[in-house]
Amino acid sequence: MSFIIGGAAGTALSPLPWKLTDDLSIWTQMWPWTPVPPDGEISYDGSTCTLCPGGCGIQVRKVDRRAVKIEGTPGHPINDGGICILGLSGLQLLYGPTRVKGPMKQTGGRGSGRWVPVSWEEALEEVAGRLAEIRDQGRPESLAVFSGNRRGTIPAMLTRFLTAYGSPNIVTGASLADSYELALHRMQGVQASAGLDLDQTDFLLSFGSGVLDGWGSPVRMFRTNSALKDGRGRLVQLEPRLSNTAAKADQWISINPGTEAALALGLAHVIVLEKRYRAQFVNEFGGGFDAFKQMVMSGYAPETVAQITGVDAKTIVTLARDFSKASMPAAVCGRGAGDTPGSMNEVFAVHALNALVGAVNSAGGVWAVPEPVEYPWPEPEMDETAARGMQAGRLDGAGQGRYTATSSRPEQFFEAIRDGEGYPLEALFVVEANPCYSQRDPETVNAALAKIPYVVSFSSFLDETARNADLILPNHVYLERYEDVVNPGVFNRPFVGLVQPVVDPQFNTRNVGDVIIELAQGLGEPVGGAFPWDSYEDCLEQAYEEQWDALTGDGFWMDEDFTPAGWPEAFETASGKFEFLPEGLEGGYAPLEIEGASGEYPLVLVPYDSMRVSTGYIGNPPFMTKTVSDTVLKGDALLVEVNPKTAAQLGLSEGSRAVLTTAKDSVDVRVHLYEGLMPGLVAMAKGFGHTAYDKYLAGKGSNVNRLIGPVQDPVSGLDAAWGVRAKLTRA
Amino acid sequence: MKQERPKKFGMVIDLDKCTGCGACMVACMSENNVPFKPDETDKLTSITWMRVYELNNGKPFPETDVCYLPRPCQQCEGHHGHSPCVSVCPATATDYGMETGIVSQIYTRCFGCRYCMAACPYHVRYFNWWDPVWPDGMEKYLNPNVSVRMRGVVEKCSFCYHRYQSAKDRATYEYAEGDRDSLELGEDEYQTACTQACPAGAIIFGDLNNPDHRVHQIAQPDEKHGGRPKNPHAFRLLERLGTNPKVYYLSNRDWVRRQGDNTLAGEGKLKRH
Repeated sequence: MSFIIGGAAGTALSPLPWKLTDDLSIWTQMWPWTPVPPDGEISYDGSTCTLCPGGCGIQVRKVDRRAVKIEGTPGHPINDGGICILGLSGLQLLYGPTRVKGPMKQTGGRGSGRWVPVSWEEALEEVAGRLAEIRDQGRPESLAVFSGNRRGTIPAMLTRFLTAYGSPNIVTGASLADSYELALHRMQGVQASAGLDLDQTDFLLSFGSGVLDGWGSPVRMFRTNSALKDGRGRLVQLEPRLSNTAAKADQWISINPGTEAALALGLAHVIVLEKRYRAQFVNEFGGGFDAFKQMVMSGYAPETVAQITGVDAKTIVTLARDFSKASMPAAVCGRGAGDTPGSMNEVFAVHALNALVGAVNSAGGVWAVPEPVEYPWPEPEMDETAARGMQAGRLDGAGQGRYTATSSRPEQFFEAIRDGEGYPLEALFVVEANPCYSQRDPETVNAALAKIPYVVSFSSFLDETARNADLILPNHVYLERYEDVVNPGVFNRPFVGLVQPVVDPQFNTRNVGDVIIELAQGLGEPVGGAFPWDSYEDCLEQAYEEQWDALTGDGFWMDEDFTPAGWPEAFETASGKFEFLPEGLEGGYAPLEIEGASGEYPLVLVPYDSMRVSTGYIGNPPFMTKTVSDTVLKGDALLVEVNPKTAAQLGLSEGSRAVLTTAKDSVDVRVHLYEGLMPGLVAMAKGFGHTAYDKYLAGKGSNVNRLIGPVQDPVSGLDAAWGVRAKLTRA
Repeated sequence: MKQERPKKFGMVIDLDKCTGCGACMVACMSENNVPFKPDETDKLTSITWMRVYELNNGKPFPETDVCYLPRPCQQCEGHHGHSPCVSVCPATATDYGMETGIVSQIYTRCFGCRYCMAACPYHVRYFNWWDPVWPDGMEKYLNPNVSVRMRGVVEKCSFCYHRYQSAKDRATYEYAEGDRDSLELGEDEYQTACTQACPAGAIIFGDLNNPDHRVHQIAQPDEKHGGRPKNPHAFRLLERLGTNPKVYYLSNRDWVRRQGDNTLAGEGKLKRH
């Protein structure tokens, strides 16, 4: 016994156990599979981020030829050194496992996943062959292009290609920017994008815009909010849900969803009644003001508006006074990140409110911003086939009839194909877009694609749409290529950001601009003649000849001296004045009927945006998914927010499994009780439910787009749905 | 060369400006080679040196209010460097830097006993239950200035100490070349990744001992009372534990400041020293 005790004591006092512990920790830490990142020379390369429409300047830290970190560019007019969570995650896209590594053909039919790599020569020959065949049959209009972006040289080249080839069907993704452009067109008679003079605004009134949830250029919006917090002014958020924007606003006012336009008119009522409007603007430049005045005075007294919106009358009066008293106020609308166009009735009402307080082309207000440059290329020459094809009319009906001022109607495009309206498509190119995931009601897109014999994706990633294509001609990702970013977010000056390659292409990919040039030249005259450039870079340099030094030197060009047109020159409407009552507002507040019968679906589902989830063409990178709260995603289950009162009525509690059903579809969810959500609503995060991509994203939660179908806005012809009626039942 | 006075690097985070966007978390992960797994929804095993917590005022709709609280390592000084984690580490794998005020973590010394995790009142320390795995090709973005951790060790926020080392190296080089007059680093020469990235400008970083630095001016640390802030809108987490942390939070909202110390219902008022 004493021997054992002595032995134990001796061992404990000897260095042996400590040495063994130490050795053990060293042995177990020296595994060859723990990577040791190689050292090297550090450098920084500047570029522009394209992951959202924000247009932030980025600088990429490199160690030799490896990119190791993305940071914001200090002094950049949009983000001044700041950077958002998605921008920071960019290297996971560059080096990610879901990149398409070279051109490939799907041989076992769409969705089979049987991909065969092909050479670029072979792939381009095949596409050119198909296109030549379609053109020879005299049906060039049956080629269409779906492009995620609308501005810049790439969409311009795609349009040019189609024009020379003979098809009017260039369709681009639609967003809030389209609605704002239409509003400026109808109310001010100008072709311009809407910019906000945020360096001066001292009262930002947001009708549900996710000012801090991805709306506009997120970093610029964040900086504005901080400047307001530092004493410059206030942010007031009107929204039925306590979003991050609402939580960080100086005041959050909950409002019944879909009644924002009524509130704007209610505020106008108070401002007009108390004569708080900018008299000079209204008297000299206000068109249709008397009718507008009569409309808001007769129908939008605070008590009436309180009934509609749920905002009490006293709050409406106080808000109207505060807003009109501010020296540089601005009101904005468009829900969440603004990636759906929304209701024109609402945009008109909110912009009329801006006009009342003179916040049009004025310091701190909404500015009409023209395109920075007009591309110097001559119109492409069309032969007889092309001219005939162009006569065929667009499949989506944009630019025609009621929708002359709308450039593209993506929802209508896919619906027309699905329903066999117009003429059948023979081929579709998809560029920088993933409509099979990000369009509302993606089943329509799938059904439309099934009717198109030949689908070519240019995606850099094996996303849902690429998986549904016959051929992938992978584009470089933004860190490997040249491109331009034009008038990003709600920036208030004509602006171009230059995207420049910071690393060598990692795989056998090509810039879509170069591929278009090659395809055109492969088709021969007259299509090839419209593309006289040796490369896309050549074309880009020619497009921005005067700006090129600034672009390559600073990474961006902006019209420093730009000031918006003064009121006497600003309005190019028929009356030469600001139109307070464009068609679509003349009847006052026109609530948009969301889908579903209230009897069968007693709740209202509202999708929401978060900075931590990317919802569009770019699938959420692993870093961002990691930051998502466990009250949003737990395991593979998505949690939907429900007010505890509503949950109690439904017999649901925290974490309950439930089935969320709408007229479109039904998905399994779990419940998160959230006091910040108005009773009667269900809030669901966007950006989940991917079926493509990798194990870090696929299969997590459900895609809210499956539950919501588009609802057509009567003025723009674009999707205006902000929600859908739903029911939530215990699973 | 005269002896530099000791520094005390610290942070002030303005909770009224923080939007909860999570950029600081990803800036940190990508700067510090923090790995990720296919499922990161079990937050107990999800390694986040910087983590953004959500606070709420507990009131029903529409009186509800939410505030986000980014939480890096609080770099506690305790009394004379006796931070909770340092005092329990049997391997001297974590130590208090008297020259910088930064609590170090030396992975190759750590043998994974996790005493420090139990001792840390802020949950800033994470254990590597698994070896890190990057999908094929993604290891290319790893930063050579920060070692990749392996299974079996504890890790935490270092206030991007490697950035301090790089800034000092650069200063030494420039001084030797005659390009600068002093080895003293300017406020902007050493900034953490989260501070640099924060799109709202809510995070401020610098030397709490330097009256020219913004952190000192805003937090106004009271050295006689363990660094307690004199700014009435500033507070530190769990002040009454006496951990003497170097991360200060700002908020104009009373309910937010109250949640900085988790008193139990009916418990006495915060004891003033």
